[in-house]
Amino acid sequence: MIEQHYNFAFLDERTKKRIRRALLKAVAVPGYQVPFGSREMPFAYGWGTGGVQITASIIGRSDVLKVIDQGADDTTNAVNIRRFFERTTGVATTEATRQATLIQTRHRIPEAPLNASQILVYQVPMPEPLARLEPRRRETIKMHALTEYGLMHVRLYEDIAQLGAISRAYDYPVLVNERYLMSPSPIPKFDNPKMHMNPALQLFGAGREKRLYAVPPYTTVRSLDFEDHPFEVQRWEHACALCGASESYLDEMIVDDQGSRLFVCSDSDYCEERRQAGHVGSQQVVKQEAA
Amino acid sequence: MYVAVKGGAAAIESSWRLLEAQRRGDTTLAALSVAQIRSQLSLAVDRVMSEGSLYDPELAALAIKQASGDLMEAIFLLRAYRTTLPRLGYALPLDTARIDLVRRISAAFKEVPGGQLLGPTYDYTQRLLDFALLAEDTSSAGSPVDTAAEQPACLPSDAGSGDGPVTVPRINQLLAREGLLETPDPDDDAPAADLTREPLMFPAARELRLQALARGDEGWLLGMGYSTQRGYASSHPFAGEIRRGFVSVELVPDELGFAIDIGDIEVTECQMINQFNGSRELPPQFTQGYGLAFGGGERKSMAMALVDRALRADELGEPHVAPVQDQEFVLSHADNVEASGFVQHLKLPHYVDFQAELELVRKLRARAPQESA
Amino acid sequence: MKPGVLLSARRASKAYVHQGQPRWACRDVSFDLYPGEVLAVVGESGSGKTTLLRLLAARLGCDEGSVHYEVRSDLASEPDHLMDLASMSQAQLRRLARTDWGFVEQHARDGLRMNVSGGANVGERLMALGARNYGQLRSEALSWMARVELDTGRIDDLPGSYSGGMQQRLQIARNLVTQPRLVFMDEPTTGLDVSVQARLLDLLRELVDELQLAAVVVTHDLAVARLLAQRMLVMKDGCVVEQGLTDRVLDDPQHPYTQLLVSSVLTP
Repeated sequence: MIEQHYNFAFLDERTKKRIRRALLKAVAVPGYQVPFGSREMPFAYGWGTGGVQITASIIGRSDVLKVIDQGADDTTNAVNIRRFFERTTGVATTEATRQATLIQTRHRIPEAPLNASQILVYQVPMPEPLARLEPRRRETIKMHALTEYGLMHVRLYEDIAQLGAISRAYDYPVLVNERYLMSPSPIPKFDNPKMHMNPALQLFGAGREKRLYAVPPYTTVRSLDFEDHPFEVQRWEHACALCGASESYLDEMIVDDQGSRLFVCSDSDYCEERRQAGHVGSQQVVKQEAA
Repeated sequence: MYVAVKGGAAAIESSWRLLEAQRRGDTTLAALSVAQIRSQLSLAVDRVMSEGSLYDPELAALAIKQASGDLMEAIFLLRAYRTTLPRLGYALPLDTARIDLVRRISAAFKEVPGGQLLGPTYDYTQRLLDFALLAEDTSSAGSPVDTAAEQPACLPSDAGSGDGPVTVPRINQLLAREGLLETPDPDDDAPAADLTREPLMFPAARELRLQALARGDEGWLLGMGYSTQRGYASSHPFAGEIRRGFVSVELVPDELGFAIDIGDIEVTECQMINQFNGSRELPPQFTQGYGLAFGGGERKSMAMALVDRALRADELGEPHVAPVQDQEFVLSHADNVEASGFVQHLKLPHYVDFQAELELVRKLRARAPQESA
Repeated sequence: MKPGVLLSARRASKAYVHQGQPRWACRDVSFDLYPGEVLAVVGESGSGKTTLLRLLAARLGCDEGSVHYEVRSDLASEPDHLMDLASMSQAQLRRLARTDWGFVEQHARDGLRMNVSGGANVGERLMALGARNYGQLRSEALSWMARVELDTGRIDDLPGSYSGGMQQRLQIARNLVTQPRLVFMDEPTTGLDVSVQARLLDLLRELVDELQLAAVVVTHDLAVARLLAQRMLVMKDGCVVEQGLTDRVLDDPQHPYTQLLVSSVLTP
């Protein structure tokens, strides 16, 4: 059931062209935030309009689309966005990462490695990695242009001096192609290493802030750190209760009043695939230890 | 055993049904018609058009109906619809001197050529709830009010509304003739900047700032404008002129090469006159703040004019002493569609990041006792 | 132009427009500064000395005349030679300001990041140049703090908790960490207690000597000029009324204004 009153993928062709031009610029300068004339979409700003505009501008009839939020296909916002594209394009959709050609995501990178014929579109709320330190765009534009990232350096130093560790757990700043400081979007830092030298094209859309940026395939993406305080990813003591995975990002759920916890893969497709292959987890909750 | 909770799609569908029931309300009551909203909630319609950046009273009324009266939601609906419309061209600047007046006042002068016309305004009503309205039967058509008898005696008859457009020169021109009022000289040949096609970058030229203010949230601008009256970058404003009426929109189609009239719209225009003591570069003179809104958006046009003037601090060489002069601050947060979206996006699941934060806090806490030892 | 000149001002001038007329805040200032040399710019408020400092540090552009600096070949595309600041790009100037130059502000708060610790303040320039070892950064910061006689135990404290004199020392350390060849100082000791001033001046004198710094020091205090500078300029109403060796100018002032300044100094 394709919506008859709107153009393919909702946006008119001229708008799509403008967005694609901006994307080309972004790909040519990895990590650099390209301003674009973001349009109002049938979703609220902050709910994925940037990602949706990018997807709408590049999606074609033969694409296979996957949409995830928090790693899962069935979270309400992912469902809403997937339906939007079903209605306005009639394009095939899938929950299987390996079968998708185009993946739009909020806050996670899929666990299954991507290949060179796939595109990953990230939803970005705040594209400016320096925003928490300097809210004025006029100033951050200069800092990026002149490679003056002192503000970020002192913040990282300060975290270690005061807390003993860098205090960013998600939206962890990265240096792209050894030149631009970039916000990877609020993915947990656990996912940062996946961006480095990825065969897939990675596109980032911030609709409300009206900027987009890109990491072309096989580009270096380095999480900021110190030689003697190297970047580390999160680790769990437990494996996924359903499939037993010990290498994936786990959601922690509190299941009863005693504080018992259940750890389950955040990436629902990855977990499902493992279970189909016969992997089984402990199926057990973890009881709260007495304090 | 835990089973991943599926059914996000089903939940959404149920929520749509509940929403529709909420919107319809009590089914024993007649449904509101779009025509009623357009006609009887006209000031709400005007606001939705201004901030939705689309002049179409019927669509604005529809949006208000669909949004159950939540004007920001209605504005969002109208903006989303606007996205689908192609831009056919740019109108010529509205000639608000040629206007079918509904209302026209000046606080700066007692007598003005063309007269002061009070028009429909709440200004001189007493704010007492009218319980007669409560008792009014919604199905009966009312009798037309005798507008001629309602006009105040000081009104000259040639400036009445409904007589068609007349040329009513702006009061500001009187001051300009004496050289007391700055007279901007815009470049008419330069193509108009379009805020809806290019992102706003700072510092922004006045024309873009005005576009952003025109579609900006009335509440935000009202607060900002109010701050200028309370000492935060005050400029001693006077309402030089506020006029409301119907003006014609003209367009020069490429095929014709001359202007054609494509219709009339109702606007409210405010020109504030502000003091300016001069700077090292400029002599003392009066400066302007400008506001424009669709329909009867008078409060919006006045607030906009106050903020417009404050944002001209840089071009007038005035020192920054208050937030209202910071264009990046004022304009980045003026759009209620953006603001509402982002504030409310906090309702979206953030548990993956929260999980990461939990892990970090636990790690730092585990480290802390060692360091204090 | 003689070889070896580090900073050269040639009729440097800056005007403001007041009621349609140009008013010269600073007019026709010329001098050559050599490596390791300290020049004091002395005058009362309104003399134009601060405007001159800003012109020299490229914070303002000259309306007439020019300012030249011998940019090191690793920072410019050609071998060492005097470059007109006006011909340099903003990127080049900002790089210069972070590496080969220092600028000590009159109010330390203007020259420090108040929301990060002393250690972060000192380490920032090194990190900007690519230093990525936290331990090494920290030991550099400790070493510089010791050198400017700051209590190294306060390395993790915010500058707001430091006294005025300590903030000034921190500012100096922050600037010197990249071994600049030229330091601009805007009234470095004004506003501090007298005894604190004296100790700070001693520190500055030692550092200038030890690191062979060239410096331009703006001050209204002749004692500061006497103590720190080999040469000085005396400014009044935007113009240089007298210049020369400090001792000569102070002991044998030629211009009536200089004579007035010298004779006005309160002697205990």
